Amino acid sequence: MTALPQFLALAQPAGPAKETLPAINYPAIMPILIILGAACLGVLVEAFLPRHQRWGVQVGLTLVAIAAAGVTMATYLTDAPAAGEVTVAGALAVDRPALFLWGTLLALSVGAVLLVADRSVEPGGALVAQAAIRPGTIQDREQRLGALPHRTEAARYQMQTEVFPLMLFSLAGMMIFCAANDLLTMFIALEVLSLPLYLMAGLARRRRLLSQEAAVKYFLLGAFASAFFLYGLALLYGYAGSVRLADIANSAAGTDRSDTLLFAGFGLLVVGLLFKGSVGPFHTWTPDVYQGSPTPVTAYMAACTKVAAFGAILRVLSVGFESISWEWRGVLFGIAVISMVIGAVLGLTQTDIKRMIAYSSIAHAGFLLVGAIVLTPDGLSSTLFYLLTYGFTTLAAFGMISLVRDADGEATHLSQWAGLAKRSPVAAAVFAFLLLALAGLPLTSGFVGKFVVFSAAFADGLAPLVVIALVISAVAAFFYLRVIVLMYFSEPAADGPSVTVPGALTTAAIALGVVVTLLLGIWPAFALDWAGAGSFALH
Amino acid sequence: MTSSSGSALLVALLLLPVVGAVAVALLRDNALLAKRVALGFTLVEFGLAVASWFAYDPGGARLQQHFSVDWIPTFGVHLSFGVDGIALVMIAIIALLVPVLIGASWVDKLPEGRSAGGFLALILLEQALTIGVFAATDVFVFYVLFELMLVPMYFLIGSYGGVRRQYAAVKFFLYSFLGGLIMLASAIGCYVMAADERGQGTFDWPTLVEVVRDAPLANQIWLFLGFFLAFAVKAPLVPLHTWLPDAAAESPIVVAVLLVGILDKVGTFGFLRYLLPMFPDASKTLAPLVLVLAVAGVLYGALLATGQRDMKRFIAYVSIAHFGFIALGIFAFSSQSQVGSVSYMVNHSIATGMLILVIGMVIARGGSTQIADYGGMFAATPLLGGMLLLAGLTTLSLPGTNSFISEFLVLVGSYGREPVYTVLATIGMIMAALYVLWFYQRVMHGPVRGDAMLGAMAGPGAVADPEVAARHAIPDLGGREKAVLIPLVVLILGIGFYPQPLLDVITPSVKATMSSVGLTDPVEGN
Repeated sequence: MTALPQFLALAQPAGPAKETLPAINYPAIMPILIILGAACLGVLVEAFLPRHQRWGVQVGLTLVAIAAAGVTMATYLTDAPAAGEVTVAGALAVDRPALFLWGTLLALSVGAVLLVADRSVEPGGALVAQAAIRPGTIQDREQRLGALPHRTEAARYQMQTEVFPLMLFSLAGMMIFCAANDLLTMFIALEVLSLPLYLMAGLARRRRLLSQEAAVKYFLLGAFASAFFLYGLALLYGYAGSVRLADIANSAAGTDRSDTLLFAGFGLLVVGLLFKGSVGPFHTWTPDVYQGSPTPVTAYMAACTKVAAFGAILRVLSVGFESISWEWRGVLFGIAVISMVIGAVLGLTQTDIKRMIAYSSIAHAGFLLVGAIVLTPDGLSSTLFYLLTYGFTTLAAFGMISLVRDADGEATHLSQWAGLAKRSPVAAAVFAFLLLALAGLPLTSGFVGKFVVFSAAFADGLAPLVVIALVISAVAAFFYLRVIVLMYFSEPAADGPSVTVPGALTTAAIALGVVVTLLLGIWPAFALDWAGAGSFALH
Repeated sequence: MTSSSGSALLVALLLLPVVGAVAVALLRDNALLAKRVALGFTLVEFGLAVASWFAYDPGGARLQQHFSVDWIPTFGVHLSFGVDGIALVMIAIIALLVPVLIGASWVDKLPEGRSAGGFLALILLEQALTIGVFAATDVFVFYVLFELMLVPMYFLIGSYGGVRRQYAAVKFFLYSFLGGLIMLASAIGCYVMAADERGQGTFDWPTLVEVVRDAPLANQIWLFLGFFLAFAVKAPLVPLHTWLPDAAAESPIVVAVLLVGILDKVGTFGFLRYLLPMFPDASKTLAPLVLVLAVAGVLYGALLATGQRDMKRFIAYVSIAHFGFIALGIFAFSSQSQVGSVSYMVNHSIATGMLILVIGMVIARGGSTQIADYGGMFAATPLLGGMLLLAGLTTLSLPGTNSFISEFLVLVGSYGREPVYTVLATIGMIMAALYVLWFYQRVMHGPVRGDAMLGAMAGPGAVADPEVAARHAIPDLGGREKAVLIPLVVLILGIGFYPQPLLDVITPSVKATMSSVGLTDPVEGN
């Protein structure tokens, strides 16, 4: 028995570097822990609760977890250090931008959870219970019809509840993603946020084949992007000898190591990030995935993934690579222009409303990139604000799209929207408002977002890019107007779709998005102050 | 919050139409009540405008009835409004025209499924926004309202317009939106310049004027071009005018008045309020460019007006010619020509408003917008014919009508500095007589002819003398139509013979604009 302590003492490495657990600032990272814990609980709920109780418990658990995360974050914020702090052995940086992004993500996912949880728009919810059943088989048909009221009690409870823990996992991944202070943590977070999304994309109750195709495409292309990211990470490790952003920044600022490794690593890394942010020309997955995924999931993906991806892009560019900004700024300038042009021009040719919004998101990614390459405090705060506004508007827009239906489910073809204003004036007015917000008309949050980003870019000497972006905004306005023209000025189609009266959950989600869009358009001062409260922690 | 005396009036002027729009929108199930309420609101609004006119002291401060509230402190944006003489006369003319328009549209048939309440609510909203645009003294607020005023107009054209209304509405919106966005780039540029110079950026117009006007010429030229593009689209100057004929042709009559008579004036107003004071060096350097476009507009508009077959497109080209005159007067840089231009903005609203409304009454009787479908109408409707003649004569600036004094001042004032352009523009004046009188003659005189006339007369008893038949089939002006036209006729003749009160309000503001550009009149003693 006495040999054991001796053995253990021998096993300890010698020297002063005595291994201890890294100090963890639990209050700071509590929101992430709560979301991850709730996700694990959700998995247990799936395993142990009877089927008919799961929906209520899962929705409750998810919303409570998000609310609890929000409350703990707000509590932490009351006495958080203004400069931010780095915790978990330097893996996570909890600073003002990270907290702003967390708040945005949590608020947006409340809306997304409400949309996913709704069972009244589509009987049984927009998501299929058992995604593994092959489309077109008898079982598939049974499953699709199972939710209709005249079916048996047992069949009616066939609904998808695994999606809630999946959403929580992906939300936790996003939160870690935009607070990651080293590239390895960022990579893990990237996978944690992406894998549930790949699954969720394939869950549509209707148009199963399209949905599965979307899931596979997203998975394959996402895997490529992850590989790019990982390769870039490896090269940067080779360059700096560390994966921490601050160490890379130090090396880049003052060494004579091989620039090839640095630039190649940076390029590959950024490609991976731009893919997630659906910035053109790395956007090719976006229209297909947005179209094929169940609309509530698309809403979640469009709003939250964009926030997380650009949160990470902002951090990588300003913490890790600010010192070589002269080398990459021109390239990202070009990519921003390409993304805006692709989004605006190809958006004009779309006939499916979900694809159209997808191209709009590519154009918006270009606008966001304009803000992201401005490395001033104004650039940071304006991009954060833009993310907030864009997320809520998009969430509400997809919420509205899920309401316009005919016998075959959602009526996403644009021609089906003709004359909608005559049949459903309120729905048409709300959607028109959201489209005008996406176009950036004053008194909507979209305008204020564009304004702050462009004025930050102008102040940083990017006036040509601002002019290009404004011209493209006008081009993009054309396809938003096209939908308004269809809804208001065209005669209704003979057997066109009608607007489903939404249940309380979808109504709440849409109302959230619309109110925020209007509020931030009329009175943006408080949110601008939040977004400008502090900068990234630089160590 | 800061305010000066009389600001309560301006607040009321800005808010009343918004309240009215909401009220009318809520009443849209009861068309008659909605119309009455809308008319009531606009009449009170007119009363407020008159009060504001008398509260204004022409010899007083540059901006009066001024108030300012913080909006977005982070960006130094204030909700600030105030009027100078130029803005005041425009606000007065808006407040006058809108009740007239509501009267004119009283019995218009709206497209199926559209309510009068919705239509009037949009008109009232447009009124509030245009008044706001003229009164804004914060460049950011000006931009916001400049873009927002597109939205009601877009719906007015798109929902209530003619066959090609979708095309016209989208074309109108995109032209103006693009112009506005380019202007936004320039506005941001000015803001950044203020932030560099003062430490804290601002959009306050007087402050921006002080900051920007001393900027290097190269910067000024870029910023000038951004603003200029937006205003030139709006005004519209050739070659950025192509949206106007489509929009005017597809709009309902009263919306066309609103569009040509009021919205387009924001462009020329912007020249005076923003371009000249903020970018004086660039304005002087680029004046030849503007003058060329202005004179081109005068001649091109006149030429195309002569050749038009459609009455509403005719009006659009007539207006393009007149906007050329206004721009000429502004960029000829003499206080005479600029006073002429500003009074022309008012008089053009009255004259063109009258012309469009009378033509609308012609169209309402014949059911066609083609000139060729009419002929010899005077025999049936002498009063309407007389009104058309009066509207035509003021459009061609006959002495004794209101437009004459403006056009005269523009040409006299411009000749001192820009004789060549002025002489060229005078040709446009001669052509105006041609296109107006030819138009009048084709519609009103000669034998009764044309599909619209004959169509209206078709029916029992049409066999006899066509003039007698026309007199039976086509009614002359009714009581409502007379009531609508009387205020305009009074103004046309009143200003025509005694323009002094109008000029008194305008002149000090124009002099202030001139001195802020650092210009003196070419000939002393004007």
